[in-house]
Amino acid sequence: MKVSYQWLSEYVDLSGMTPHELAEKLTRSGIEVDAVESRNAGVSGVVIGYVKERSKHPDADRLNVCVVDAGQGEDLQIVCGAPNVDKGQKVLVALIGAKLPGGLNIKRSKLRGVESQGMICSAKELGLNDKLLAKDQQEGIMVLPEDAEIGMDAISYLGLDDYVLELGLTPNRSDCLSMLGVAYEVAAILGKEVVLPQIELTENGGDNPLQVSIAAENECYQYHGRHFTNAKIATSPQWMKNRLMAAGVRPINNVVDVTNYVLLEYGQPLHAFDATQVQDRTIVVRLAEEGEKLVTLDDQERELDAQTLLITDPAKGLAIAGVMGGANSEITNETSEIILEAAWFTPQTVRRTARTLGMRTEGCVRWEKGVDQARVQEAGERAAALIQQLSGATVSKGIRSAVVSEAKPAVVSVTLAKINQHLGTSLSAADVSPIFERLQFPFAVAEDNWTVTVPTRRGDITLPEDLVEEVARLYGYDNIPTSLPTGTTTQGQLTNEQKLRRTIRHHLIGTGLNEAISYALVHPDRVEAVAGLHQHKVNPVSLLMPMSEEHSTLRTSLVPSLLETVAYNKNRQNHDVAIFELGRVFLSAEEELTQLPEERLYVAGALTGQLLSQNWMGAKQPVDFYQVKGIVDSLLARLGIRTAEYKAAADIAGMHPGRTAEVWVNDKRLGYLGQVHPGTEKAYDLSETYVFQFDVAELIEAAADAGHYSQLPKFPAVTRDLALVVDRSVPAGALEATIREAAGDLLESLTLFDVYTGERIAQDKKSMAFALVFRNAERTLQDEEIQQVTTAVVEALKNKTGAELRM
Amino acid sequence: MQTRLQEMKESALGQISQVTEAAQLQDLRVKYLGKKGELTELLRGMGSLSPEERPVVGQLVNEVREALEAAFSGKQQAIEEAALNAKLSSQTVDVTLPGRPVPAGTMHPLSRIIEEIEDIFVGLGFEVAEGPEVELDHFNFEMLNLPKGHPARDMQDTFYVTDEILMRTHTSPVQARTMLKKEGKTPVKIICPGKVYRRDDDDATHSHQFTQIEGLVVDKGIGMSDLKGILLTFARQMFGADQQIRLRPSFFPFTEPSAEVDLQCFNCGGHGCRVCKQTGWIEILGSGMVHPRVLEMAGYNPEEVSGFAFGMGVERIAMLKYGVEDIRHFYTNDVRFLRQFNRG
Repeated sequence: MKVSYQWLSEYVDLSGMTPHELAEKLTRSGIEVDAVESRNAGVSGVVIGYVKERSKHPDADRLNVCVVDAGQGEDLQIVCGAPNVDKGQKVLVALIGAKLPGGLNIKRSKLRGVESQGMICSAKELGLNDKLLAKDQQEGIMVLPEDAEIGMDAISYLGLDDYVLELGLTPNRSDCLSMLGVAYEVAAILGKEVVLPQIELTENGGDNPLQVSIAAENECYQYHGRHFTNAKIATSPQWMKNRLMAAGVRPINNVVDVTNYVLLEYGQPLHAFDATQVQDRTIVVRLAEEGEKLVTLDDQERELDAQTLLITDPAKGLAIAGVMGGANSEITNETSEIILEAAWFTPQTVRRTARTLGMRTEGCVRWEKGVDQARVQEAGERAAALIQQLSGATVSKGIRSAVVSEAKPAVVSVTLAKINQHLGTSLSAADVSPIFERLQFPFAVAEDNWTVTVPTRRGDITLPEDLVEEVARLYGYDNIPTSLPTGTTTQGQLTNEQKLRRTIRHHLIGTGLNEAISYALVHPDRVEAVAGLHQHKVNPVSLLMPMSEEHSTLRTSLVPSLLETVAYNKNRQNHDVAIFELGRVFLSAEEELTQLPEERLYVAGALTGQLLSQNWMGAKQPVDFYQVKGIVDSLLARLGIRTAEYKAAADIAGMHPGRTAEVWVNDKRLGYLGQVHPGTEKAYDLSETYVFQFDVAELIEAAADAGHYSQLPKFPAVTRDLALVVDRSVPAGALEATIREAAGDLLESLTLFDVYTGERIAQDKKSMAFALVFRNAERTLQDEEIQQVTTAVVEALKNKTGAELRM
Repeated sequence: MQTRLQEMKESALGQISQVTEAAQLQDLRVKYLGKKGELTELLRGMGSLSPEERPVVGQLVNEVREALEAAFSGKQQAIEEAALNAKLSSQTVDVTLPGRPVPAGTMHPLSRIIEEIEDIFVGLGFEVAEGPEVELDHFNFEMLNLPKGHPARDMQDTFYVTDEILMRTHTSPVQARTMLKKEGKTPVKIICPGKVYRRDDDDATHSHQFTQIEGLVVDKGIGMSDLKGILLTFARQMFGADQQIRLRPSFFPFTEPSAEVDLQCFNCGGHGCRVCKQTGWIEILGSGMVHPRVLEMAGYNPEEVSGFAFGMGVERIAMLKYGVEDIRHFYTNDVRFLRQFNRG
């Protein structure tokens, strides 16, 4: 809502208050003012002039030399290039020394040898908004009506000495979608009176010939029709144009302008029909037939459904109620007999139709938010009076009305105790009553209990709490004290799961990964590009109306998003990327969603290039499987997961069949890690990239806190190294398992410290060297004992894996 | 004999002072003080002295021995020190060469803000509550006093999955879920961080996915002054001990009265600058007293208990705090962006 300061001051006394001060007061009491703008874009020294003579420039076909009386004592000679300038016009003259928007200064000058003592201006040159100008003012100089006063300052003539307050209204304060609504608010804040417009209407015609009936009583509660004859359609006077333009509305003609003016003044949408196009002067408000057609004012043919409310005559539709008029009964320059509609349609009806047809006019906005039912007829009368005043129309006697129901004001009670408890204040009755008075809410008060009759313009107030808010905002939020909740003390803390989630995040950061957060809505093709962790088939969940396919489907795996991130970085020359994300995936087995999908928190990572920056001490070390496994190992260790088992996994979608492992604890799969399948890498345009993905709930379930400590050993340990030669196909895990089994309890730890393939051993063999640490908690081990165990180990290795000691 | 002792002493001291290596010093020590050394030899000659001379010469021998031993150990120390100095100087490194790299990742700025805010409110006795990102219309709107057809639903244009299921547009449904779970018990003191989704075209200041933190307190006797107190405490812990806040009346369907909360601009300290658009204040959160219908629907009697709620956008706070100019940076994850958030 754009509010002209000058216009507003007609309803409330604003003396001594600048537009900016007013804006601050409004904002601090609940009506946010987004901007205060001067209507003057930088104009000075422009006056109204009269073109006494016009002749062609002797040396330029397109220029005119004008003699202008601008009330300056002597006539001015001005050269003008506009084709529409002519003798006898009232025009806007920028005098020598004038300033125009854009830093233009008018100086005495010669144009092709002829002196020019100023400039005749177009509307645009004065900084007026192009879109708000009548068509005939968009080209050439601005021609004013004959009654414009010679020598008058253009700033006051055009209303440029005004300010516009742009309100950012919350949905509950639709009452401020009108000048009067704002006036009531301002009056309440300032403790002033509201001066309502004077309605001076003379019924100087015959009887009103209209017949009005409502056939759709659930959609339309009131309909009032006025009838006019002998109207003369013309442009509106300048004051009307100025106000409409200040409010951002384009002037059209005096009748249409009046309906728009009253829309702004009262918040009441109105509509004017050419009465000669209304059959039998009979208006019926009814629902449309399914498929009924109407050509609207914008020359579009609209097909309507049976829930559309229509204003009709006995033969045809005339307007879509509250949304847009029909072309068939539009006011034209030839119209002289007029019907003026002032009605009340339910917000739901207008909202629905406006949505269905995709139309959203100024009127629709007000209908949807609720128009004051108590002022429909008053607004109609105000418009009727203005139409009579501006078009000289004859007004027929009487209003023809159909009324289904009338608005009843809400009655709401609130106690002083409630107000003080809710706000934490200690107000007295003497603080509260004046606030309701300033709001002009009639009330009765008994024993600190107010019974308030809320005017229908404030439809947002229905509960005691709503009254508490009125008191609070006019008392001033700044004046409410500051305290802390008393009452039961609570112990704030994170749950175990929340703590472990942080542990995971902080640990991965410690291993050198950067935390990323990506979009949960992804492209449908990418949802399953790299498998999630779900074991059963899930159906990706998609939006009904996505804004783009790119963000239309909920992810079931974090890895595709991370791969996109890696690709995004690669495109920006970031070749070393190591990232992880903690985020939810969305799993549903349903074809058609009837219940919420399961949301599981996953943690996933992606690494490419080098984890550690290139340095002077060593060669490049690109990320490989074992680097990622090391990170996973350390995370599992950090969570106290000691029994994890890595199993080669050849068939995880999107993963390299030979370089992927699943991580199992007992019979549960926690997650997987490995290299992305080269085909997938290609699809994403990636270099060699490694990923891991785990289900956080499974990690947390497997996690174990250090339960108790084991005593530190009292007896020394003995270390034996075994270098083994074995077929290349035998996995290290098999050797480890065999050693552990054969060595029994004496084996304290087992470390693989070397793997070798190469010239010094057979081609199909590899060498693996283990360090075995033995210890007996009770006594010092004897050489013979260790020899025995070692022999058993070597024997078992030979039998089970074919490994031989390397000589 | 006394003369010989004196001569020996002088000659020995002279030799010791010339020595530069440990081995030479050892040789000298053997030569003078060893079992077959010169001093020992001289002592053997003591038998031929008269009883009167013996104590005098004996004392002199001891004096000479002590002097030599002191000279030997002094020299020994000097040689060792010189050797150590030589070794140390050969071990000098270039301290300006880069250190051996150790992995160090970074936390996402949004996570940092969330953890910081969680910690502040946990300290104030709050718990952290969570709820689904794909939500029922019932919890996202209806339980929050936003029935179907309510004009304020326009304020949060929604991604629907079905007619009844949607991407939550705010973290407020967690309020409703938590209160229902509490079955009317008080107090309720929670904050709810989480991702939310709205139909916005992604640009520098809009993102179809963003992050909110919601707070809720329900108990007997809670008033708007308590809301002011909690938010002021939060603002001071988060943004500095001399922070000020300012409440302005506003509207949310689920609170009454409602307030926008402004923070004194931390860029200019309230004097007015580009960041606060010359107002001295920055809007950081929405808040209010829980609407009685919301309490009622969640199983609380608004005549007996009251509460307040507040909600803030994490991206907005991160953008203000770190000076990030484009909200999309948080989700495109350029590592050059992520690596900047290395502290904390």
